[in-house]
Amino acid sequence: METLNYRFEHGTRRLQSSPQVVGVVGSGNLEVLIEPAALNGACTIAITTAAVGFGPIWQAVMRDFHGRWLLADTRISINDMGATPAVVSLRLDQAVQTMLGDAS
Amino acid sequence: MDWKTLANTLFPQGHAIVERDDFLSGDAQVDGQTIAIIGTTGHTPIGVEIALAQAQAILHTVRTAPGRPILMLIDTQGQRLRHRDEMLGINSYMAHLGKCVDLARRHGHTIIGLVYDQALSGGFITSGLMADACYALPDATIRVMGLPAMARITKVPEERLTELAQSNPVFAPGPENYWRMGGVQAIWHDDLPTQLQAALARPFTGDRRSALGLERGGRRLAQPVIEAVAAGTPWQRHDD
Amino acid sequence: MTAHTISYQESTARERLQRLFDAGSFEEFLPPSERVVSPHLGQLNAPVAFDDGVAVGRARLHGVQVYTAAQEGGFMGGAVGEVHGAKLVGLLRRAVLDRVAAVVLLVESGGVRLHEANAGLIAVSEVMRALLDARAAGVPVVVLVGGANGAFGGMGIVARCANVVIMSEEGRLAMSGPEVIETASGVEEFDSRDRALVWRTTGGKHRYLLGDCQQIVADDMTAFRAAAHAAVTELSTASAALTLDALTAEQQLLEQRLARFGAMSEPVDIWTALDVPDAANLPMLGADEFIAVAATHRLGV
Repeated sequence: METLNYRFEHGTRRLQSSPQVVGVVGSGNLEVLIEPAALNGACTIAITTAAVGFGPIWQAVMRDFHGRWLLADTRISINDMGATPAVVSLRLDQAVQTMLGDAS
Repeated sequence: MDWKTLANTLFPQGHAIVERDDFLSGDAQVDGQTIAIIGTTGHTPIGVEIALAQAQAILHTVRTAPGRPILMLIDTQGQRLRHRDEMLGINSYMAHLGKCVDLARRHGHTIIGLVYDQALSGGFITSGLMADACYALPDATIRVMGLPAMARITKVPEERLTELAQSNPVFAPGPENYWRMGGVQAIWHDDLPTQLQAALARPFTGDRRSALGLERGGRRLAQPVIEAVAAGTPWQRHDD
Repeated sequence: MTAHTISYQESTARERLQRLFDAGSFEEFLPPSERVVSPHLGQLNAPVAFDDGVAVGRARLHGVQVYTAAQEGGFMGGAVGEVHGAKLVGLLRRAVLDRVAAVVLLVESGGVRLHEANAGLIAVSEVMRALLDARAAGVPVVVLVGGANGAFGGMGIVARCANVVIMSEEGRLAMSGPEVIETASGVEEFDSRDRALVWRTTGGKHRYLLGDCQQIVADDMTAFRAAAHAAVTELSTASAALTLDALTAEQQLLEQRLARFGAMSEPVDIWTALDVPDAANLPMLGADEFIAVAATHRLGV
């Protein structure tokens, strides 16, 4: 197992919803837990993955994700079991959309 | 341990237990009272017939001997692995046995289990583990599954599981680990008749196995999680 | 099937909770944001899930408050580990404290989580005890079985401790999986790749005919919702507890089952013995047709 941590600054969109989770920790899949957090404006992403050695790919996917949404004061936690970059991006977007659709 | 040797040791005041197709039934004298004996021997697999036989014996006791304590003697290699038993619904026969144990308890019967040789998984989940309390002899083997089969199903290498089974409470077979996890109330080291009398006299206060597992250090999360969900209290981290 | 059918089998546990109960009514106890994960999976290099594979909480079913749990078959086959089992036990105990109308369990599980071995076995046993305690306290338990992983092992036993079992044809309810049996006893004993045989042996239709499930529905969220609601409504007017009479009747059912069918090896022979017309064709019938055919022939308590 490998853990990776990312922190992005200069985001502008804060999410108001209670924590949400999307996805399932099964083969080729992942779960994404997303929640508002007081992080001085940052968006942090913590990944635990069964697929070891893909740091650069995760970095690229996370950077693209941040570029899409520019989240601020958001904590994202991921349990991954070998999902492809496309599936990772999909789940991340689903997670944000769930937060936006469920503004409670 | 051979069941006859066990019976002679456990019941110095006498017993009348018969064995048929690895199914044990009868009664015994303990401290001047009669107790019902229901069990298995020969490391038998638990199939539909023997699950049903045990359940029949329990309901018979409930109907004909109000308040009589029941001792379940356990020696099994686990559930029988046959297509025909699955077709007939072995899970239903197992559940029925478990429900009979539960009903006997609610009808005022003290009902305890003793693993005297082997106990695997499905073979004792609805007998010993449904009893008021489950006990074990020191040399008993208690486990979920043999390591080769476990390795095949989990895809964890057998060498790794073997290594873990040496010392890790989650994997090590044996009464000490089940004791630590709260699954076994006590291990009977010597003077079995006295241990039995004490076990029969112990009042039943509900399923406290998770609390025991926490007290004894073998299962540190079960009890806090149960409490958090049951009471709706905020979770406090329980770092190991 | 209409264009608006949503498959129960293909839904995740959380999707089932959203779709089975009144819209937006599910409130989770000990949610994933609390990160109560398995303490044992790490040592086997296995990934954890923030909810340890089961979501528990309360929800409304046509306005009636029930407590509920849904096992995620996609995570470790829905198998029960220390935390997972403890969440179920906590839910069942809370149901008694809060005197809720019913507990609805969406079961999808291989049983004991082998990665947690001893802890998993004791956990499943505690779930069994807690379920029967709930019934004894007057809280009925309804079990739904319709996921791809079925209800196996200790959870196949737990299911049959409930008041009512509702299955789809796609659901399976059994003890040992066909692969385990084939590995132990050979392919002649049980060919695990013969899917038709697997479903004849352990699938919803066979269980319905034998009397091991009380309702069978199409693989559709709306059908499961209606059946769960009907079961909860019916159970509200009955006693939930086990009785000696009921167990005696069940024992007779199981004795007769063994006597009549114990020498058979093919489920179709059982259905034929039940006088079901054109028994071999039963697997091809849709849910409504099957229920109509089965009505006068099925066994059950």
